[in-house]
Amino acid sequence: MAQSKHSKIETNVFLLIVLTLMTVSVGGLVEIVPLFFQHSTTTPIDHKGNALDVKPYDPVRLVGRDIYVREGCYNCHSQMIRPFRAETERYGHYSVAGEYVYDHPFQWGSKRTGPDLARVGGRYSDEWQRVHLLNPRDVVPESNMPAFPWLDRPVKADDIQDKMRALNKVGLHKYSDEEIAAAPAALEGKTELDAIVAYLQGLGTAISNFR
Amino acid sequence: MADFISGFWNMYVMVLVALSILFCVFVLVSNMTKREKGPVELHGHVWDETLAEYNNPLPRWWMYLFWITIFFAVAYLAIYPGFGNSNQSRGQWAQYDAEMKAGQERFGPVFAKYREMDVMAVAADPEANAMGKRLFLTYCQQCHGAAAQGAKSFPNLTDGEWLWGGAPENIKETITNGRNGVMTPFGQVLGADGVKDVANYVRSMNGLAHDSVRAQRGKEVFANNCVACHGADAKGNPMLGAPDLTNNQWLYGSSEATIIETVTHGRNNKMPAFGEFLGEDKVHILTAYVLSLSKK
Repeated sequence: MAQSKHSKIETNVFLLIVLTLMTVSVGGLVEIVPLFFQHSTTTPIDHKGNALDVKPYDPVRLVGRDIYVREGCYNCHSQMIRPFRAETERYGHYSVAGEYVYDHPFQWGSKRTGPDLARVGGRYSDEWQRVHLLNPRDVVPESNMPAFPWLDRPVKADDIQDKMRALNKVGLHKYSDEEIAAAPAALEGKTELDAIVAYLQGLGTAISNFR
Repeated sequence: MADFISGFWNMYVMVLVALSILFCVFVLVSNMTKREKGPVELHGHVWDETLAEYNNPLPRWWMYLFWITIFFAVAYLAIYPGFGNSNQSRGQWAQYDAEMKAGQERFGPVFAKYREMDVMAVAADPEANAMGKRLFLTYCQQCHGAAAQGAKSFPNLTDGEWLWGGAPENIKETITNGRNGVMTPFGQVLGADGVKDVANYVRSMNGLAHDSVRAQRGKEVFANNCVACHGADAKGNPMLGAPDLTNNQWLYGSSEATIIETVTHGRNNKMPAFGEFLGEDKVHILTAYVLSLSKK
């Protein structure tokens, strides 16, 4: 009896494919799909339902974010503070899903060669961030972070409007036509350093670092 | 969780989870056969002319493992959250709160002991000092250096010179609310020559090599433009964070070129606020530690 079911599946490729797909998709259907229909993962609120002051990135920070991605910062820095005392003592309040609704794609990362950056905003002065990005050893002699001396150059601004329109399509962003029209002017005279520092200084500031 | 946009999703998760567990049980039960005495029969299909397959029962060890995973899933859902709103008291937020409470119970009394003590007394306490050092190495050394020696534009905390005052309450205020030291740019006002003159005057006050003619002219420029913040005697003003220009201590450097840069373009230096992040207890201990650094 059991053999006949067995051989029926093994000798029918289509049935085998359908059953295999059903089996492997259960995990995703249970654990991932419901996230698309949760308030706390799709709107800027914290896990208790309080509104968070998270806004779509302004043009300068948006460019800074793309530099963060381009330079591969996510390879060594996570942006995800887990709810453990050891983490919140060092980095601040644990991260909640609503903080990331405008991160497309998110920069959670998976490895901490360097420290977590989820709440680095305001933790250092702009000046420190600049010196540190150009050559980390200037401020932290023990640091093993690579230097990024080429960041002190003008930002590439010609694609910012396309980027914003694209995010309007794929993300939850709702950049207005006026915001998109004003974007190139906002990038006027900015260096890549300005942009990435602006991005970093805004990270994680939606939740106060309460103790 | 009321977090879902509709109640459907709760049911959806629960039904799928229950069905998949039941399905596993069904697959396992429907494939259970016992080994019979005698020769094991063949499956009946043959590959490559002679290759056939015995129809042995599922290996017992494998089957028991499968039962264990099923049992584990049911037990997990019975103890931890995952099935509707059950067991929220063992959810991640509750676990975090419990961990924080345990931390508070363990470390709270330690901090409480020092909270009541005067900063100077805390500074003299070896245990508090060790705590302060660890706090410093976690939160402060990135800018001020592991030995608090500072760097260009980041103050040295060991030299006993204080931009914003070195009294305990000044240091506490600096850590709690941060500081924003602003030097106004004077390039436009003074012109390149005026800037160079005043730079030479500043160097002359510190016993550094200078052009005495320029320094003489610079003295006048200084009296007209700089005394409001740095004071008539150039000793600075800790209310404004204006540095003493006579003590040969330099935040940005003492070279003529650096001073010219400072005067021409001004400076904007910021110490971030740490009060909200660290809380009063840690700021108290850090204040004492920072004070102890310059008392050696």
